[in-house]
Amino acid sequence: MFSPSDLLVIPFDDWINTLVRDFLVPNFRPFFRALQVPVTGVLNMFEAFFQFVPMLVTTAAFALVAWRTVGRGMALFTIIALIFIDMIGLWPETMTTLSMIVTSVLFCAVIGVPIGILVAGSNKLWAVTRPILDIMQTIPSFVYLVPIVMLFGVGMVPGIIATIIFALPPIIRLTNLGIRNVRGDLVEAAEAFGSTRWQMLWEVQIPLALRTIMAGLNQTLMLSLSMVVIAALIGAGGLGLTVYTGLGRLDVGGATAGGVGIVLLAIILDRITQALGEQSGVRTPSLRQTLVSLFRPRAAATGETKKSGN
Amino acid sequence: MEPKLRVRDVYKIFGDNPQDALDRLKRGQTKEEILEESGQVVGVQDATFDVEEAHIFVVMGLSGSGKSTLVRMLNGLIKPTFGQVLIDEDDVASCSPEQLRRIRRNKIAMVFQHFALFPHKTIAENVGYGLKIKGVGAAERRQKALAALDQVGLAAWADSYPSELSGGMQQRVGLARGLATDPQILLMDEPFSALDPLIRREMQEELLGLQKKLKKTIVFITHDLNEALMLGDRIAIMKDGRFVQVGTAQEIVSNPADDYVAAFVADIDRGRVFTAGHVANAPAAVQLSASAEDALQTMEESNRTAVYVLDGEKVAGVVSYQDLSTAARGNGEAGTTLADVLVTDYPSAVEDAQLHELYGLASTGLPVAVLDGKGRLIGVIEPEAVFAQLSGDEQTTQQETGQSETGARAAS
Repeated sequence: MFSPSDLLVIPFDDWINTLVRDFLVPNFRPFFRALQVPVTGVLNMFEAFFQFVPMLVTTAAFALVAWRTVGRGMALFTIIALIFIDMIGLWPETMTTLSMIVTSVLFCAVIGVPIGILVAGSNKLWAVTRPILDIMQTIPSFVYLVPIVMLFGVGMVPGIIATIIFALPPIIRLTNLGIRNVRGDLVEAAEAFGSTRWQMLWEVQIPLALRTIMAGLNQTLMLSLSMVVIAALIGAGGLGLTVYTGLGRLDVGGATAGGVGIVLLAIILDRITQALGEQSGVRTPSLRQTLVSLFRPRAAATGETKKSGN
Repeated sequence: MEPKLRVRDVYKIFGDNPQDALDRLKRGQTKEEILEESGQVVGVQDATFDVEEAHIFVVMGLSGSGKSTLVRMLNGLIKPTFGQVLIDEDDVASCSPEQLRRIRRNKIAMVFQHFALFPHKTIAENVGYGLKIKGVGAAERRQKALAALDQVGLAAWADSYPSELSGGMQQRVGLARGLATDPQILLMDEPFSALDPLIRREMQEELLGLQKKLKKTIVFITHDLNEALMLGDRIAIMKDGRFVQVGTAQEIVSNPADDYVAAFVADIDRGRVFTAGHVANAPAAVQLSASAEDALQTMEESNRTAVYVLDGEKVAGVVSYQDLSTAARGNGEAGTTLADVLVTDYPSAVEDAQLHELYGLASTGLPVAVLDGKGRLIGVIEPEAVFAQLSGDEQTTQQETGQSETGARAAS
């Protein structure tokens, strides 16, 4: 039976090899190396911070945030989950994973939100960006691990860069969606009063889109958590490494422990960011106010709960 | 004095070849033909008008008539394809973005159909938005916002959020937001259409009350002719992106330019459009000292059933032909003075009174005295003139009674 490949075989893999090995690597390696610098800096800072702060303090801080944003039940769950992680001996790995995730989410937000705002303002730009985001989301992450290793080397930072690529699309998409969904007459009103582009963004568009942006942030966070194990393949540490090592040694117990650690961390972070997003939509959507409410004096808060208890 | 806002030959054409559409318009093609043949949508065509300072200019049209597009061209939210929009000496249609922002910040504000209040800001923050954009400090902003809210009676709600307010209250906030920056021109895009009828009426009256104090130049968009007639110093009727007729309420109702306008006007409560001044005749009056004979003669000559009696400059009362002639027969003409049969409880109205306020007065059967501010008689309204004006048959201009109308008809 005839098939088109009898006529012509396209050496697609060779082309990509040539592109990456003979063009990108020799010419742009210094550039890609330079890209690592900010990521390394931020990661080291978070890592040092989370490893330095005693376990009980971190737990208390998470419990407090969970209590203020979600409620007492979630605070209790946070305490039990973090104590459990400590007791199964995975506290340092969990903190490494946490700092990796915080770093990648931070970079995703710093890159993704401005891009989202930019593409929300132009249909042409969005038409170009959309297929790129589709590719980023559908391409199996194993595929780009190889070029990442070639360009960035192995280790924590390349792992985080892979995570950023993987987790970036939702925050761009949802920022775009949030900004586009701001009611047309509100934008018109802001314009009619003589707002500049920046004033429009800060005063109207971002506050009103914040709820959607927060949902995007939550998605990004969840995606970066799921990338943790895969990033361990190229030398990233933390809970992913525990799972990966367990896998390599057929150590069911070790792998499960790492997995449980990831799940518990995921639940805590998911609930807290979701609650932040919902809060921001109802009444006080300014990020500042939300943050202020987190650090309101404890005394006032306990007074409130006592009242509701009666 | 120069009009505050001058609009010259403004066209808005949506499409990629506006020049072609303009040529087609000039050749006399209609909006539909152009859309069919070239795919271009004519939003507004050939709009030229002036708005005098402190006037309310109402643009009335049905949906799709281009009125919203027109009002948005006045503050540059939509850029006119051709033409000029002059506010003082600045052309909104062609000025730089910075200048346009400056005009929007200082000279022109807008009130929206669905209020367009920012849901994440308090009422005071909403009202102070324009000031914030201008860079006014927080304390002054708050103070001015409260002052503006006070004008619409909502100062107590300053720290609530828009979602806590009813529709009518939200639109008052919208109005306060427009007034807070103290603009000279206020654009109102169907501001009361989303409100229920009672609230709408209340808001219309409130707007007129505010306008008396503030004297803004207002361009008001509506699809409700009653609203247009009530508010507008001048009214433009718009159809297919073009002004069909521009004029005062009375001109439009008494003299519709074409069948389209006439169809609208047919349903209008004419009693709220015309005022006492429109139906009043020059007064036929006699002095109190005049003899009964003179008074009877005056009435006979002017073919009236009653005549007003003046005491110097002031109105003493009214005497009817019937009373006077009965008294004269009884007492003999020489022995009858006007004071004997004078009705001092005469019906009176001011010149600005709307016709619907005269129904009760007209039903007394006596002519209604039209008085000026100092109580002087400046006109007399025959009861039948009120109803002739209401019936709307009269195609001729004001100041004519049923009598001369019949004459005109007979002549034609």
